[in-house]
Amino acid sequence: MSATADQRDIGGPAQPLLIARNLAKHFAARGASKSARVRAVDDVSFTLFKGETLGIVGESGCGKSTLARLLLHLIQRDSGELIFDGEPVGAPRGITVAALRRNVQMVFQDSYSSLNPRMPVQDSVAFGPFVHGRRKSEARRAARDMLVKVGLNPDLFGPRYPHELSGGQKQRVNIARALAIEPRMVILDEAVSALDKSVEAQVLNLLRALKQQFNLTYLFISHDLNVVRYISDRVLVMYLGRVVELGPSEAIFIQPLHPYTRALLGSQPSMDPAHRIEQPPVTGDPPSPIDPPSGCRFHPRCPFAEPVCAQRSPELGAWRERDSHVAACHMLDPASGHSKAMQ
Amino acid sequence: MSQTAALPATFADETSPAERVRGYWGTVGYRLRHDPVTLFFGAIVLLIVLMAIFAPLLAPFDPYKESVVLRLKPWGYRGHTLGTDELGRDLLSRLIYGARSSLLMGLVPVAIATFLGGTLGVIGGYAGRRVNAVIMRTMDVFYAFPSVLLAVAISGAMGGGMVNGMTALALVFIPAMCRVAETATAQVRSLDFIEAARATGAGTLTIVRYHVLGNVLGPVFIYASSLVSVSILLASGLSFLGLGVKPPTPDWGLMLSTLRQSIYVVPLSCALPGAAIFVTSICFNLVSDGIRSAMDVRL
Amino acid sequence: MLAYIMRRMLLAIPIAFGVSVVCFSLVYLAPGDPLSVILPADATQEMVAQIRHAYGFDRPLPVQYLFWLGHVLTGDFGMSIATRRPVILEVTGALSNTFMLTSFAVPLAFGLGYAMGALAGCFPGRAVDRLVTGAAVVGVSLPNYWLGIVLVIIFAVEFMALPATGMGPKGSAQFSLLRWSDAQYMILPVVTLALIPVGIIARTTRAAVAEVLNLDFVTTLRAKGLSEIAVIRHVLKNSAPQVLAVMGLQFGYLMGGSILIETVFTWPGSGFMLSKAIINRDIPVLQGTILFLSMIFVATNLVVDLLQSMIDPRIRRS
Repeated sequence: MSATADQRDIGGPAQPLLIARNLAKHFAARGASKSARVRAVDDVSFTLFKGETLGIVGESGCGKSTLARLLLHLIQRDSGELIFDGEPVGAPRGITVAALRRNVQMVFQDSYSSLNPRMPVQDSVAFGPFVHGRRKSEARRAARDMLVKVGLNPDLFGPRYPHELSGGQKQRVNIARALAIEPRMVILDEAVSALDKSVEAQVLNLLRALKQQFNLTYLFISHDLNVVRYISDRVLVMYLGRVVELGPSEAIFIQPLHPYTRALLGSQPSMDPAHRIEQPPVTGDPPSPIDPPSGCRFHPRCPFAEPVCAQRSPELGAWRERDSHVAACHMLDPASGHSKAMQ
Repeated sequence: MSQTAALPATFADETSPAERVRGYWGTVGYRLRHDPVTLFFGAIVLLIVLMAIFAPLLAPFDPYKESVVLRLKPWGYRGHTLGTDELGRDLLSRLIYGARSSLLMGLVPVAIATFLGGTLGVIGGYAGRRVNAVIMRTMDVFYAFPSVLLAVAISGAMGGGMVNGMTALALVFIPAMCRVAETATAQVRSLDFIEAARATGAGTLTIVRYHVLGNVLGPVFIYASSLVSVSILLASGLSFLGLGVKPPTPDWGLMLSTLRQSIYVVPLSCALPGAAIFVTSICFNLVSDGIRSAMDVRL
Repeated sequence: MLAYIMRRMLLAIPIAFGVSVVCFSLVYLAPGDPLSVILPADATQEMVAQIRHAYGFDRPLPVQYLFWLGHVLTGDFGMSIATRRPVILEVTGALSNTFMLTSFAVPLAFGLGYAMGALAGCFPGRAVDRLVTGAAVVGVSLPNYWLGIVLVIIFAVEFMALPATGMGPKGSAQFSLLRWSDAQYMILPVVTLALIPVGIIARTTRAAVAEVLNLDFVTTLRAKGLSEIAVIRHVLKNSAPQVLAVMGLQFGYLMGGSILIETVFTWPGSGFMLSKAIINRDIPVLQGTILFLSMIFVATNLVVDLLQSMIDPRIRRS
């Protein structure tokens, strides 16, 4: 099976699978004054191409998971636009939310709550096909096939309950559940973060293999940079609900543009004693997403901050093509007035 | 590690442990079967239930047959093992028959409250926000009454009789049941697997039926089992006050209330119906405790 | 703190409103025309017309409720069908007798329950613990009015040591706690009433104490070299809020539970009056007593919440 052979492909391989435009979601802050809003996702735009893996990284609380739920319409966006394979989601002449969910699935972080504790795991996997109109016996059969594909013996593991499985096995079940209704795109929200390193590597390899086999597109959310680098074609860096940098994976990891990305990469402990860093790369706590800092949201923690950074919000540069590497920083904009701006 | 690996077979570290797959209810059943205290008291409950069902076969006399000459006779008087009551009816037979109304009034209100309160609670817990606020604030009002008082108030206003008594008790239990179901539902609702089910495109009813109910029934059932003994106590209290079961139906609470007038004549007989209530209620209580700890499975 | 008190009191208002609505509707639960329910069977035509007008029985229900509420707030709870006296007089008189019982029963119950629970909690798993736990199960399974009857059989019938029922030869009006001939009538009802909540209080205290004993700070206290008694004092102080919450609830149950106990001992309190009202189908008295008792319960809960927040600052925040 190749990308062009997929019956469901409407716009052809060149048309992006998913376009997010100016997505925003603000929550009412609990316990604070009425006007305070948590700007969980604020003006986020990006494009996801067919067959690629886009990694999303950022500290916890930067809005990664909210973004994932917005993309699946699990929570309503406040503003912005979603276009799936050329069709606007939820618009009168576009694709319905139900249809979107047939095409996009999600794998949650392995936690005690990611699978129904009162259901044998094969029934959890069969639930999707069953909801989409398959008969129970048929759905069960599809589920067992899918368990085989994720490397679990259905006779042995199918009738088990979640608490009888290890973390890695549960995550395989979660993947099987997501793939059971044959989606075109899978959002992996911290899908391997809770696993041991050795199991994590196995699951990552499984994900790669499944992607080829089922011709999938991945949106891979993680706070673990090594994992994102390993699996992603392109990477999007988020900070306090905003996109600060977007580009091909290797470019971002070898030559990060945004001070935050640099700090994030620098915060990884190096295995080489000669490369130990002297100073902590990011200082201070991340500011609260309630009433975030003015201008560039990173400026209170940025070593290169200048008055302009507190005044104006930097643009994410001109994004032209698939391999563009852009960042939202005044230092990259000659017209910004920042003293270190490239001339 | 090869990056273009073929689909991996089951990994070495994920081979199955030797234990048998039992599942949740299997585990609960296993635990109950190995809990001698619960089994013992469960057996007594079963005996009481059997006694109620087969009362006509077990009772030595007709529980309704009055006799002027046999009034308030002591234990063992002319074949009346436990003597007679103030109308000359055989006390043992009446005690045996009395299990019927006690069990009925212990179980029926709880069943009604479990169904209605549970449904309301699941609706409130799953719908959230306004629907939840309307349901739960209404329940709060009924919660503001001590349960005995509310039962007496409702059945007192409606008048005596078994049906009115059961209605009153059901109304007393609905708010508490509703709270338990609401809390459990709200907890389940926030878990990832519900979100995953929504992501597959399932409708609310489907999710509630396949994913919520299974997780809510446990706590609801545990709570309902603990209510049975409360219901038996309250029901006998209502009968004692002249609400609930009406004479001449044999009922433990009612017998206690009429025999009390003869406390100086037959003090021992006078205590018997209360002892029956006590034994039934404590057995249900201990069985409920056993069920609770058996169902407390960490998942 | 003041803000919390205000907020908590505001929250009690809708509850009190709801309770009054429930009490109001009791008249409509009774079979038959509400007018016939609250009037004696031999009421004259004028009386019927007068009451119909005064309570707005010809108006829609919400208006009737407001009429009723207006009367209630001015202390007019209607007339007792049985005695033809104003309900308010009947209720307040009976309430003072009930209050006399509970004011002795409550400290007794809490002292006993707390001591038992603390003892069991300090020695979890030991014989004391099992004994108390067992006693608690017995306590919650006992029909309390039966316990009263059993006590009467033992102390009044068999030993003839205490009077069985009533309030003494002089009756309610001249009852004096200082005279043994009167006070002895209180002993059995107070003991019976006090035994109702002991089981639950002991259970709660045990759980709270055992939980606090497992916290890290207890280890710290012991590591500091504090004597075991001083440690226990800290533990009891920390488990107090949870216990207090249950005690508040139990106080309300005592008020409700007094219905049966007072009936057993024919103690002329609110509970006995309720049970008489049930037998006489005296709905105005029933309604008035229930309203009074439930409002006392609502108020107790409020006071307990506030007390709890004074002891435990964490509660205020949530």
